Amino acid sequence: MPSDTQVKRLSTGRLVLHENVAAYLFLLPFLIFFVGFVLYPMFLCVYTSLFDATMGREDIYIGLQNYQELFSDPVFWVALKNTAIIVLVSVPVTCAFSLWVASAISKMPVAATSAFRCIFYLPVVTGSVAVTMVWKWMFNNYYGIFNYLGQNTGLIDKPINWLGDPKYALGCIILILLTTSVGQPIVLYVSALDNVDRTLVEAAAVDGATPFQAFWKVKWPQMMPTTLYILVITTINSFQCFALIQLLTSGGPKNSTMTIMYYIYYNAFKLYRYGYGNAMGVILAIIIAILSAVQLRLGKEK
Amino acid sequence: MKNLTNTKSRVYYILAFVLILLIALSFLFPLYWIITGSFKVKQDILSTTPVWFPTEWVTKNYESLFAKRSAPLFEIGSFVGPTIPGAIRWLINTVFMSAAAMLLTCLTAAMAGYALAKKRFYGRTLIFSLIVAAMALPKQVILIPLLREMSALNLYDTIWAAIIPVVGWPFGVFLIKQFAEGIPTEMVEACRIDGAGEWRAFTDVMFPMIKPGVGACAIFTFINSWNDYFMQLIMLTSTKNLTISLGIATMQGENSTDFGLIMAGSALAAVPILIVFVIFQKYFTKGITMGAVKG
Repeated sequence: MPSDTQVKRLSTGRLVLHENVAAYLFLLPFLIFFVGFVLYPMFLCVYTSLFDATMGREDIYIGLQNYQELFSDPVFWVALKNTAIIVLVSVPVTCAFSLWVASAISKMPVAATSAFRCIFYLPVVTGSVAVTMVWKWMFNNYYGIFNYLGQNTGLIDKPINWLGDPKYALGCIILILLTTSVGQPIVLYVSALDNVDRTLVEAAAVDGATPFQAFWKVKWPQMMPTTLYILVITTINSFQCFALIQLLTSGGPKNSTMTIMYYIYYNAFKLYRYGYGNAMGVILAIIIAILSAVQLRLGKEK
Repeated sequence: MKNLTNTKSRVYYILAFVLILLIALSFLFPLYWIITGSFKVKQDILSTTPVWFPTEWVTKNYESLFAKRSAPLFEIGSFVGPTIPGAIRWLINTVFMSAAAMLLTCLTAAMAGYALAKKRFYGRTLIFSLIVAAMALPKQVILIPLLREMSALNLYDTIWAAIIPVVGWPFGVFLIKQFAEGIPTEMVEACRIDGAGEWRAFTDVMFPMIKPGVGACAIFTFINSWNDYFMQLIMLTSTKNLTISLGIATMQGENSTDFGLIMAGSALAAVPILIVFVIFQKYFTKGITMGAVKG
């Protein structure tokens, strides 16, 4: 690595220009895609939220009316509540469950660790459509295994219409969501546990710490960055849960599984209210940004 | 005392193992149910007592899946290829989409990741901050503007509409930048001093060294693009342009209780990508953990 003064001496005039031109030429192909199909749409999302926009006619500027309508739209509040429930349940459960699984399987022989890690990742790779289809069958009123198992074990006395009953539908969605969201955190936690400073753990054991104490006092603080990252990605994923709802319940019954992501889809692609959908997208992005910032801040304080 | 904790921790260890094994089996069950379900006869599927293992293995579900929809094998200008089952065309589309997204992402991300890690230039911090900020935002909220952009570019309802936004997503760049930072700068500089051009230094020195990072990026992009159902749903509509997930979802809408047919479709959508995952699992795991470092 050249020292700073060396770089300064070298980095004069033509060299600086050369380095800049070269760097931007390397960046150019990516920047075309990134600016054109990520940044520009993000800007458009905010911009169009100020318009009454639909297919086949010019957008009409309406200021903040979309936002006003949004805050007085009862379905939006229901969607917000359901989304909050999904996030509040799935994020802690996912984190705790994957931490437990990771800490248990990381002590096993290497082959077992990687086999389990692979199995818990499978539902992610299987893809949301295939996963959703099979769960739809398993939850089915007549031919599903849940009603069969429930009745046979005496947990329920008559078949339950799992996805058609407002009492259960959201719970079912959360259950499926959980199976598809623990894969990545487990992989991350296993590798974080591998990277924990062994000498510290051994020193703690020599000092008479129980495995339980060693875990919480020595390993856990070292894994804080991983936990933070997992919190952030799991929160974002839970907010974006879409395929499950679109394919299983379409937000019903009686809006009991309506989430913000699905309501955006419904408004934009069923009612063609692009401006209104974008306004909701902006609100969703703001909520996620605030939550991520809070999580990171809390993590840093600890 | 020591012995007591030892037995206690051994008991816990065994209990945890059994419990995790049971949970792992329940994670495997949906997959088992898809695959066996796709070969079951109707009576097995529509039995109120689950038939845990097919009484008879049949390919009828696949046959009816292939008979339901049809599409031309290819179209080049006005030249239309022979008619084939829709599901086969959807598989071809999906493989093409994922492979194209993978190649384009790896190429652009390797170049950009290298520049961000190893070059000093004006705007570097700004570009990197934009990349991190974009990754933290829900990518689905940009689908509405993307749809309108794609129609303006006349790409709506073509497979490219589902490829291009994947290439723009900055995760790959982030991943490769992290990886390239671990490569000593001297390597590239030595090559430059020997008189090699910028491009040669990249292809001959840098690229071979960041190959594992590019591999992780490749497998990650391939799987994500294959399963990016929401994007495909928004961008593709005509039968010949659907992807396998989207095609199955569409068929499900019309034959919602023909579980055999739907399981056959689900198997067709899931099995190829599962095979890819199992083969390249090592790279994939690396990709996930690498993206998290300092993330």
